[in-house]
Amino acid sequence: MSIEMNGFDEETIGRLLRLLPPAPDGWVRAAQELPAARAALDELVARAERDAAFRQQLQADLERAVAAAGFEPSPFIVSRLRRLLEAV
Amino acid sequence: MAVEQTDAQLVSRCRAGETEAWNEFVERFSRYVHAICGRGFRLPQQDAEDVFQEVFARAYERLGELRSDDAVRPWLAQLTRRLCIDRLRLIARDAPSDTDLDEREIDDVLSTLDDAMTVRAALDKVGDPCREILDRFFCRDESYHTIGDTLDIPAGTIASRISRCLEKVRSELDGRSRGSRPS
Repeated sequence: MSIEMNGFDEETIGRLLRLLPPAPDGWVRAAQELPAARAALDELVARAERDAAFRQQLQADLERAVAAAGFEPSPFIVSRLRRLLEAV
Repeated sequence: MAVEQTDAQLVSRCRAGETEAWNEFVERFSRYVHAICGRGFRLPQQDAEDVFQEVFARAYERLGELRSDDAVRPWLAQLTRRLCIDRLRLIARDAPSDTDLDEREIDDVLSTLDDAMTVRAALDKVGDPCREILDRFFCRDESYHTIGDTLDIPAGTIASRISRCLEKVRSELDGRSRGSRPS
């Protein structure tokens, strides 16, 4: 049901506002950290390209290898790296 | 009135690599994506969180592919919808159920959430203290007492403040509506 934009009354405004509670803080923070995660991912990929031993560590235990390299193995980094490794 | 950037202006700043703009982008659309996952598709919390993160990850990576910066809201809605459906398929594969996805019902919910985002944008335009008071009362479900204590205003005046703030949001929406009408 879509409401005519010039037909909002105060009750409808209140009802609509209730439909958008804040997302959990942790979710928002993680999404806001994506640019930093992207930079970390680029660094990890560059290292994997030039370092065969590191590439093997990633293939053996991805999350552990990412953490050992000094990065947080966030879902974003892990999923993107996994995809790249599968494509190799 | 608060000076709020349009969606297009915000997208443009994100594309230019401004970290602060990305933070605002996530702040502006997080409720919308969260509501689509929860209210629209009723995803369990863990699945909703995964989809939420994937939506913003893809948005971050693909903002450059957006044809019109003004269309970011429907683009995000479509992206979230697709990822929610993928997730529901995955859940159904692991634990088959008889419940089919009611696409029409989801369309209705998404349309209502779109209206809610329009109201939210009007509230942002009205700015504080109305934004703070209405957000606490309607979105965070806080009592008059809690709002009064937190904002250091008498609890007995909260109801009238809410009423006045709702009128302001309504005027803002009416102004937008008149402004968008062809002359």
